[in-house]
Amino acid sequence: MVNGPPAVELVDLRKSFGDLVVLDGLTMRVATGGVHALLGQNGAGKTTTVRILATLTRPDSGSARVAGHDVVRERRRVRRTISLAGQHAALDDGQTGAENLTMLARLSGLSGPAARDRAGTLLERFDLTDAAGRRVVTYSGGMRRRLDLAASLVGTPSVIFLDEPTTGLDLRSRQGLWEVIGELAGAGVTVLLTTQYLEEADQLADRITVLHHGGLAAEGTAAELKSRFGAQRLELAWRDAAGFAEAERRLGDRLTHRDPARLALSVATDGSGPQVRSLLDEVDPDRHGVVRFNVREATLDDVFLTLTGQPVTPEREVANV
Amino acid sequence: MSELTVRRTQAAVMIGRCVRLSRRNVDALLTSLLLPVILMLFFVYLFGGAIDTGSAYVTYVVPGVLLLCAGFGAAGTAVSVTTDLTNGMIERLRTMDVGATSIVAGHVLASVARNLVSTALVLAVAVAIGFRPAVAPLRWLAAVGVLLLFVLAVSWLSAAFGLLARTPEAASGYTFLVMFLPYPSSAFVPVETLPSWLRGFAEHQPVTSVIESLRGLLLDTPVGSAPARAAAWCLGLLALAVVLSAVLFRRRIA
Repeated sequence: MVNGPPAVELVDLRKSFGDLVVLDGLTMRVATGGVHALLGQNGAGKTTTVRILATLTRPDSGSARVAGHDVVRERRRVRRTISLAGQHAALDDGQTGAENLTMLARLSGLSGPAARDRAGTLLERFDLTDAAGRRVVTYSGGMRRRLDLAASLVGTPSVIFLDEPTTGLDLRSRQGLWEVIGELAGAGVTVLLTTQYLEEADQLADRITVLHHGGLAAEGTAAELKSRFGAQRLELAWRDAAGFAEAERRLGDRLTHRDPARLALSVATDGSGPQVRSLLDEVDPDRHGVVRFNVREATLDDVFLTLTGQPVTPEREVANV
Repeated sequence: MSELTVRRTQAAVMIGRCVRLSRRNVDALLTSLLLPVILMLFFVYLFGGAIDTGSAYVTYVVPGVLLLCAGFGAAGTAVSVTTDLTNGMIERLRTMDVGATSIVAGHVLASVARNLVSTALVLAVAVAIGFRPAVAPLRWLAAVGVLLLFVLAVSWLSAAFGLLARTPEAASGYTFLVMFLPYPSSAFVPVETLPSWLRGFAEHQPVTSVIESLRGLLLDTPVGSAPARAAAWCLGLLALAVVLSAVLFRRRIA
């Protein structure tokens, strides 16, 4: 699938709601196949991007194409190519799992018997056969999300948008869903998912786009992003505030993280002995300011922190309080 | 498949869905079935003795109750449309290229089906407590036609309101508005007994022409221009509702 248009192509996409600028000239591209993650904080523009791609919101300016079709001018062709699973599972509580899927399959153009077959196949694939005859109102959170994903597959789309597919799920359900999403990509579908979870992007995505304030902050594979922003981190803990401040001044822009409360700094490094030694000499020439140091692998968290100056994962925010 | 066939299938699937959902929403179903019956019993047995309409009050009030019940049932459409909007179902359907009209029509026609059942129930109870309509099949058919048109118009208007409301709770407020409209009319008391400032409104509001048509047609008394006025009102409101809901739909969902 080297030829042909990319699954998604955004050029200088802009969208404001009143005075609030949500997308500020976003340009990005998603190649066909695999899982692509849009990573960002609340308000970074992830959901708006997905809504524009799913033809639910019109951009103010710029262009957005899905599989080569313009989302405004060729809306109907786009709709035949995509499907969307939103933040809340859009299902009828009063219908059974099988009825929900059969209904959606009928709406996507299948005949009655073909729609029932399709529903049966999807229920089996998403491990819901036992619950097929139960009304959705009795489903657990994880089951609802699985049914929602199954529902987004009834029309055999080639590009699937998943807007925060695992938000609000417990860890086990989340891991179950990750497996399913991985399988989708394995079947040749392009998956574009938004997430606030770095771990999710790291685990699932072949490529990651980091959004910040409605624009592109960085793009690449998890490994690329980590190496571009330093594959390793040297963390330094200081004896006193004066030493901390002095080191902060010396490192300037090279600082990747600072935590004045704990007198801790971190800086990118390649982890080699000579480089770590010269860094230590540079920031602490008198050799008694640094009380502890630690070299570790950079995480996507570090990348995000470097790019945006803020931690991303809500759980971390809670943990930091 | 041609465009038209696709749209027709989609509309049929949407109607089937809404009928199934209303059948299973037992609370709402019971309310929309029992409330009109209870109201009728109230009017006939509690207020009926004090109201002089020149004939048996049950005969006078049944057309009014039929309409009250239809209006109330139809207004429920607003809640089901808003629920679809807030739980993401309409967005899913739009990304599947299901037409806006199919989505709204599904709710509206399910409401019509619901109302046929509750109307039949009210009528059966009415007959049991002494309502004696005239035996005139053609006039009956005309009465059903007027009532259907009224239900269709109110359901579609409700759907438009449902597209406007932000929460199902707000949408259900609309039900009350529609429920009160039959009171200042000839539904429960003769218009002549109303204070003069209200009489003008009561005589000319749409509900009165529908009531007068139903009453005349069911009891086989002269109806004059009432059915024509009722049809004009209902068709006018229906046209307004269809346009309004199309505009609102586009505003809520691109």
